[in-house]
Amino acid sequence: MGTFYFIAFLSVCFSLLVITARNPVHSILYLILTFFTFTIHYILLNAQFLAVVNFIVYMGAILVLFLYTLMLMNLNKDNEPVKPAIVKIAAVFGGGCLLVTLIASLKTLGTSQPVVLNNPNLGLVKPLGKVLFNEFLLPFEVSSLLLLSAMVGAVLLATKDKQTKTI
Amino acid sequence: MESFLNAIKTVPLNHYIMLSAIIFSIGVIGVLLRRNAIVIFMSIELMLNAVNLLLTAFSVYRGDASGQVFVFFIMALAAAEVAVGLAIIVMIYRNTNSIDINVLNRLKW
Repeated sequence: MGTFYFIAFLSVCFSLLVITARNPVHSILYLILTFFTFTIHYILLNAQFLAVVNFIVYMGAILVLFLYTLMLMNLNKDNEPVKPAIVKIAAVFGGGCLLVTLIASLKTLGTSQPVVLNNPNLGLVKPLGKVLFNEFLLPFEVSSLLLLSAMVGAVLLATKDKQTKTI
Repeated sequence: MESFLNAIKTVPLNHYIMLSAIIFSIGVIGVLLRRNAIVIFMSIELMLNAVNLLLTAFSVYRGDASGQVFVFFIMALAAAEVAVGLAIIVMIYRNTNSIDINVLNRLKW
């Protein structure tokens, strides 16, 4: 029980550091730590497949892509102009209002049952694979199409266009 | 393994919802607060992950594997979104030498 609250505290701390760090590289490194705490959450929920996929896909692929892009751009530290203070206060106030609304609407539900793992092999690869390839076979194939089109689009967008270079 | 299974036995579902709400709100604040396009993208990733965690918690709570399959699809979607989005950011940087989103204010009109 204490493990969950400790990891949850770490998640909130690191995600706060993600949005407050001045240097974008530090921001990405804190995001990696945040995703690592999410992986621990998945392990605590016994969702082992998701823990491994989160580890490999998010921390291994997506965040490394972020880091590569950031290093391609060669940003200086003082490149980002700061917003005026009134906009910052308004942003934090707006986000805080969203949080208060969510928590308050949750409070009206009353107490909930504890999360109990009834089926211990729910998050393992074999039961998930059976669900994925029986009920969700068509969405799975469509998502492969989505990834293909995203790849083609990314290559098309990021390659240098010789005609429009003079603009 | 057994201790891991015992670790979540006393955590109420409300606390998972609260944690996800807090992290989602932090993501929203990050989108509103920063002007660096890459940091805004990272805040969006934070929001997606909060939803992923909540879906997994609901899936374990209900004993239904569909929620975890849904998380898998969200991860595929996030990968596609990040690839296209970062390509757009690289293109913007090449044209304007900046990733400040305020140079894109012509999109407002």
